[in-house]
Amino acid sequence: MPVDSYKFLPKSFRAAFQPAGPSGEEPVWAALAKPLSEAKVAVLSSAGVFLKDSQSSFDLDRERREPTWGDPGWRAIPRDVSQDQVDVAHLHINPEHAREDVGVAFGFAAFMALENEGVIGKLADENYSVMGYQERGCAAWRNETGPEIVNRLRHEAVDAIILAPA
Amino acid sequence: MPVLARLIENAGIPTVIVTPMPDLASHVRLSRIVGVEFPFAQAFGMVGDLEMQREVALAAVGLLAEATEPETRNDLSIEWPLDTRSAYRAWQPAEVSPIVAANLAQMRKARGAETKSD
Repeated sequence: MPVDSYKFLPKSFRAAFQPAGPSGEEPVWAALAKPLSEAKVAVLSSAGVFLKDSQSSFDLDRERREPTWGDPGWRAIPRDVSQDQVDVAHLHINPEHAREDVGVAFGFAAFMALENEGVIGKLADENYSVMGYQERGCAAWRNETGPEIVNRLRHEAVDAIILAPA
Repeated sequence: MPVLARLIENAGIPTVIVTPMPDLASHVRLSRIVGVEFPFAQAFGMVGDLEMQREVALAAVGLLAEATEPETRNDLSIEWPLDTRSAYRAWQPAEVSPIVAANLAQMRKARGAETKSD
């Protein structure tokens, strides 16, 4: 049974999200280059998670002043982060869920269980956090954040990444 | 998020997106899509429910191994354990977001102008 993509979206938002026609995009494809049981897998969440003692928050003050702007930066989140190290900066979702259990956004414990079972080779040491509300066109994500994350993934020899929009 | 998924995949790194809006991911032709009928902000599942989070994570990495062509989609049949109304309320921020507040203010202003011109 297909997932209802609009089940939890406010009715007044639906028109803005429902596609009016073809996107014009071409398919993209990169094959996994090694067996899953040997692959290093990273996670990228858009829940606005950051490390409260060592990283700056996503800039919510500027978004409040400029409501069409969203902080396009990224933060590295270690796989072994403890719950009391994380905070969440995101004005479009309830941040309390990830504040209580960062697993809802990153699934770290779940991926580590899969690592222990030999399903995947390894959950990456470094994972990635962005804040999902972005200005139209996502120019900063296309030109800066995305390429920076790709460089980090290559540096960390990551074989695949799971993206989890908030 | 689809922007980042396409960019990373085009750089040669396989991606899977776990999303409560798989129709949108399909629309922009992402390579591997796991659909979850979950409220926003909880892509991997309920707070503290490791079994649910593991099931979603397993489905995500499963697509890495199983998908052989672009636009492979797997909608999961996991039911969210709260009633829809409670879940709908629970994902939303306590305060209206700045863009929604700005749009509401614009609508009120437009309505006010219409009323004056009537």
